Amino acid sequence: MDGSGIRQALSMMNERGSGEGAGYVAYGIYPDYRDCYALHVFLDNTCESKAVVDATLEQWGAIEHDEAIPTCNQQNLRTACTPWRYFFRPDASLAPGSASPEKDVVKNLVMQINGCVNGAEVVSSGKNVGVFKAGGSGAWPEVVADYYRIEDYEGYLWLAHNRYATASPEKWERPDPFNLHDWSVVENGKTTTYGTNRRYVESFGYNCTTSTDSEVITYLIDLLVRRHGLDINLAIRALAPPYWEEIDRMPEAEQKLNRALRFAYGAATMNGPFTVVAASPDMMVGFTDRGKLRPMVVGECADRLFIASEESAIRTMEPEVESITRPAAGEPVIGRVAP
Amino acid sequence: MSDCNLGSMPLRYRVTIDRDQCMECGRCVDNCSYGVFRQDGDKILINSRKCTACHRCITYCPRDAIMLAEHPCDYRSHPVWNQQVRESIYNQARTGKIILAGMGSVANLPVIFDRLMLDACQVTTPPTDPLREPVELRTYLGKKPSKLDFRQKANGDVELATELTPNLMIETPILLGHMSYGAISLNAHLAMARAAQEVGTFMGTGEGGLHPGLYPYQDRVIVQVASGRFGVNVDYLNRGAAIELKLGQGAKPGIGGHLTGEKVSKDVSKTRMIPQGSDAISPAPHHDIYGIEDLPQLVRSVKEATGWKKPIFAKIAAVNNNAENVAAVARSGVDAIAIDGFRGGTGAAPRVFRDHVGIPIEVAIATADKELRKQGLRNEVSLIACGSIRESADVMKAIALGADAVYIATAALAAMGCRVCGNCYQGLCPWGIATQRQDLVDRLNPDVASKQVANLIHAWTLEITELMGAAGITSIESLRGNRDRLRGYMLDAGLLDVLDVKPIGA
Repeated sequence: MDGSGIRQALSMMNERGSGEGAGYVAYGIYPDYRDCYALHVFLDNTCESKAVVDATLEQWGAIEHDEAIPTCNQQNLRTACTPWRYFFRPDASLAPGSASPEKDVVKNLVMQINGCVNGAEVVSSGKNVGVFKAGGSGAWPEVVADYYRIEDYEGYLWLAHNRYATASPEKWERPDPFNLHDWSVVENGKTTTYGTNRRYVESFGYNCTTSTDSEVITYLIDLLVRRHGLDINLAIRALAPPYWEEIDRMPEAEQKLNRALRFAYGAATMNGPFTVVAASPDMMVGFTDRGKLRPMVVGECADRLFIASEESAIRTMEPEVESITRPAAGEPVIGRVAP
Repeated sequence: MSDCNLGSMPLRYRVTIDRDQCMECGRCVDNCSYGVFRQDGDKILINSRKCTACHRCITYCPRDAIMLAEHPCDYRSHPVWNQQVRESIYNQARTGKIILAGMGSVANLPVIFDRLMLDACQVTTPPTDPLREPVELRTYLGKKPSKLDFRQKANGDVELATELTPNLMIETPILLGHMSYGAISLNAHLAMARAAQEVGTFMGTGEGGLHPGLYPYQDRVIVQVASGRFGVNVDYLNRGAAIELKLGQGAKPGIGGHLTGEKVSKDVSKTRMIPQGSDAISPAPHHDIYGIEDLPQLVRSVKEATGWKKPIFAKIAAVNNNAENVAAVARSGVDAIAIDGFRGGTGAAPRVFRDHVGIPIEVAIATADKELRKQGLRNEVSLIACGSIRESADVMKAIALGADAVYIATAALAAMGCRVCGNCYQGLCPWGIATQRQDLVDRLNPDVASKQVANLIHAWTLEITELMGAAGITSIESLRGNRDRLRGYMLDAGLLDVLDVKPIGA
């Protein structure tokens, strides 16, 4: 799929946004560099800021190739930074003892670059994946899509987000999606547990710099799935667990499992209204808060899965959609990429 | 007094009777155990010097004829040599002794809780209506796994391999704190035990052993092992739902306990396993813990004695190196740590300790939570905040600063009638709470008092539910350590940094 369909679907829901931020993420767009970590970086300028990133990357591995991300200036969009991309090979020997050393190196350098005031923000860092986003007045979904010419990218999995800005509307790194190597996240809503969740992930070496839920959620998923080895089903259940009342009614073994999840991951639990759609190279998942205060509509058509806030977005992308469902609260949707 | 020229102090309180209203019924004479009132013919005489401001007479006067004024006699005002300082000097010049005091600190220092504001949802997130959606206050106290392990069964299914250690389940994050039988009466203990059972929480025994009258409620009791080991045997340990090792107390950090001989009645003597009428003095340290590495051995002994089935708590007083103390105790194998702030109550403590040693619970909880997270130990223990939890908002704030639950004690006594007069050590409590004199104990009906304590916890629970709903938080673990939902009002930058709380407006 190229990006034109999702551009149109997102524009269909323009009344849900404030025209101050939108973003896209696509998997499978860099087949020529499939073995490299693609780092999308927002640079304040291409001299000092870029020099910092170059130096950091060269210390942590080797830059295979780097270039400006092709863009096309839009009349009403004020360009606040220069989007750049690096294709990078991390030096696995720099994370001795790790079960996934390359990802730990990438995680560490993303935390390092984003944690400093250096005029550079890494907005995506996975293999064969890239985040394209922009903020500020005029950043409607179709404008952002045209700026990055996303119709030029062919991907097998796309996420997109239309921002209703509340804080720092001018910042380009603020709109969803957020990404850390494998995982990308878009969220509709606002949790009431940012403080708890942030304190929790920060105790595992993540560094939250943008005050956004999606950043924390991305790190939570990376922690639970990659580092703690939880199956995605269990990870989602840890983030949006059943109520104790429901757990009390479960069969013994299930009760024990759910209690253990709440015991271990109480600080990772998210409250408040949210729908989250997350993606990795192998899957796309959608889940809501356990009271389902935000909408989630699921469409299926042959081997394709759609998850959106509104049915109209799905029908825009796929007028022939075969089924439309609205999962109950606490019922996640998990789509796996066919091998 | 012949060798002392100090004479009598100015009156602390003046009690007056409105003679037009008084009908000489004598209820005040009967009710005052301190001997303020005396019937002389058809007149009631008053000795204000004996008054403690316990309000018993005022409460039971059918004509509202009694009035009480504090400090009716002025000293020359002086900002440094204030009345308390001067009176302490006169007292000590006369006696040459350490001044004992009851209840918590009276030092006039700002209360941090009162300068922390809670948050509520407005437009960017909706508040939750607890009448329509669940708001979960259920709390589990004890060790939690930091991560889970799974194993594959023969049929391919995955099952949990991690074994959970025993936790105490409470339906509200409020526990009844430790006050010993001896310090308070059996009826007060019974009232709290019944209240704990009614609201689904637990009460602490304090260090005075467990009276057989409480055996029917033992599943709702946390038994305590303190440095004096009063009343401790294997039967006692096995009766409790959990066991607390008392290593310190907020009202008097660094010193032991003291129950005056007057309060060691026959029953107290049996329960504590000490001679009747003797002072019960607990040593400052546990004499089997002279270094931190001795604590795990004690923890394991107690666990071994109880078949590894019960959570073990440790209580420590909040002092300067609180974070380090908490981290040390968290490694000892205990399942929960109660931290007692410097405003914590007591039956009797040296005034100088009560008012000058220790740090506030707000800071102690915040630094403990922070340090445990930093060291990756937060799931090893639950944290219980205690020492001056006065209302439901304090509970919310303590949890948002990092506590799992709170102990309340003075508030529970107040729910039974206590007026916080601070004379617990005299053993003459006219409310039947801090006394062992049978005629006074009989004044406290455990059925009535337990209902009042249960009412208080229930009311706070409702308020916490509403406050959480307003903040859009539907499970208590999501409030825990959620300092983003607090703001400091007129707190200095240094303290805000320690609390990790932003100022109002930020």
